[in-house]
Amino acid sequence: MDDRPAIKTDSLTKAFGNVEALRGITMEVRKGELFGLVGPDGAGKSTLMRLLTAVMEPTSGDAWVASHPIRQGSEAIKEKIAYMPQRFGLYEDLTVMENLVFYADIFDVPKDVRPQRMERLLGFSNLTPFTDRLAGQLSGGMKQKLGLACALIHTPEILFLDEPTNGVDPVSRRDFWKILYELLKEGVTIFVSTSYLDEAERCTHIGLIYEGRLLEKDTPATIKLKHAAPMIEVWCENARSAMEALKGNEKITTIGIYGDRLHIELKDGNFIPAVIGALSEKGGLVKEYREITPSIEDIFFDMINAETAIGDRERS
Amino acid sequence: MTGLNNSRAASPDAITVTVAGLTRAFGDFRAVDGIDLSVLKGEVFGFLGPNGAGKSTTIRMLCGLLLPSAGSGTVGGFDIMTQTEEIKKNIGYMSQRFSLYDDLTVEENIDFFSGIYGVSGDKREERKEWVLSMAGIAGRRKVITRTMASGFKQRLALGCAVIHEPSIIFLDEPTSGVDPISRRRFWDLIYEMSSRGTTVFVTTHYLDEAEYCDRLALIYRGKIIAEGRPGTMKKEYMAKEVIEVAVGNVVEALEVLGREGFDVALFGNVIHATVDGAASAQPGIQKALEGAGITSTSIRTVRPSLEDVFVSLIEVS
Repeated sequence: MDDRPAIKTDSLTKAFGNVEALRGITMEVRKGELFGLVGPDGAGKSTLMRLLTAVMEPTSGDAWVASHPIRQGSEAIKEKIAYMPQRFGLYEDLTVMENLVFYADIFDVPKDVRPQRMERLLGFSNLTPFTDRLAGQLSGGMKQKLGLACALIHTPEILFLDEPTNGVDPVSRRDFWKILYELLKEGVTIFVSTSYLDEAERCTHIGLIYEGRLLEKDTPATIKLKHAAPMIEVWCENARSAMEALKGNEKITTIGIYGDRLHIELKDGNFIPAVIGALSEKGGLVKEYREITPSIEDIFFDMINAETAIGDRERS
Repeated sequence: MTGLNNSRAASPDAITVTVAGLTRAFGDFRAVDGIDLSVLKGEVFGFLGPNGAGKSTTIRMLCGLLLPSAGSGTVGGFDIMTQTEEIKKNIGYMSQRFSLYDDLTVEENIDFFSGIYGVSGDKREERKEWVLSMAGIAGRRKVITRTMASGFKQRLALGCAVIHEPSIIFLDEPTSGVDPISRRRFWDLIYEMSSRGTTVFVTTHYLDEAEYCDRLALIYRGKIIAEGRPGTMKKEYMAKEVIEVAVGNVVEALEVLGREGFDVALFGNVIHATVDGAASAQPGIQKALEGAGITSTSIRTVRPSLEDVFVSLIEVS
């Protein structure tokens, strides 16, 4: 079996005028990985994806997708991949079925395999009852699923998805992820960018990108192990005021708020009783707490904060 | 300091938005189907629902941008049927698309909104400086809006929407497509406004954000199907219990448990199984996993999150 990586990049750089959107990205995505690219807005996520899908040329460095170099191989690459950009080009005045047929034509999908493939795509995207509805009249979640179905009308080796679940409600998000896992089982390599860090946790590998640089690329478990720190998760009556109450507490490194819970990173594991004591004292706010390993979101915040601090020091 | 959830008097004059039987039909489709709502002054009110449930249509009616087909109500004391012009002048509205002029500079956008809302003289300069500092973009006044990252655009859009210091602000999915760091910052701003007495009516798909609201309403297929404080909703509307299953291979475990008839979903990187009784269901889950040769790291009953409640309410409906 061919064990060359699905995606390989070497010092990939892209500048727009004097703004460096990507600053030397070197990484590999193996076949069959579900790779999640996470990073704040403007970090370079979409730019990286556009380079890898051969929509755009790099300024320097190189990359190979399905073993084809991105610089010369754009046509060869397009045959091997499917790409769903943030705004997928659905024709709002065409029906669901007409959109699928349109993309089947574009990708030269043989006529004899179409009925079966369309039935399957409509089935797993739950769009079968809506084939005659105009795409413009679908809800946001349904549009995303139709976009995915259109992108998958040919069988790709690698699927690129740029923030596919933005603006999609939790029920539709769950459906969408089920579809991704189905594809993964069939051996498709998936490269997905997301700003939902709970989604990033589900990927087999994660890349953290910030200001055009890749800060980390590994499995979620390894990243967590590497950044392990004593942390407690606390349920409080009012998480916001509890957070205020702990501001300036010297036993704490960082606090993150997650709905009705706080994730509190401690300078030392022995500080747990003291911190819980401090919280309870200021209003008896603690309902329950437990020790946890920092989540990817916690680690992400820590890393970005550290990077920002370094950046500030360099600037001043 | 964020003083939310503190005792807010519920006297009738503390109500700032109230509607009854609010309905909007497009042809024979009822996008909003007879909803009743009331929002108190200074409250952060979260309006939740899946895509296409009627959230944006409701907001447009409350903002005086769309006339209801039936129903009655007032926003900031003005009638939603007859005083839409007054409503528009007295509220702030930030749509999903941020409603900024992409090809104008930051400063030009602020000036434009000042003009629309009749903010003039010294007040105009004072408000401009406020927007720039609130959004953290004081150094970017001459920057073309299009070139800014979405977190900045979003805060600028919020600033422009409240340039005239409205008493009520409607935010329609303001954090959609915005990264987690900017989202946290945005919610700090919402709290700041709420603590100064501004009423905030907000829609979101991020259920962790819904936890930060004082009260919530869940709309589905044009009807309100649940309402209350986040804590109350979790108690009142969640008849079932949630078991969290942590395993190495979630994909396989999800399939196995699904096949055994459990109602399972991914939640971050763990599985949430929604069951009638946790104590009786737990051994079954254990057995199903063991039977398939899957080792679990932990199986435990957890507090349902708002996402669990939301999904289960929608599935029941």
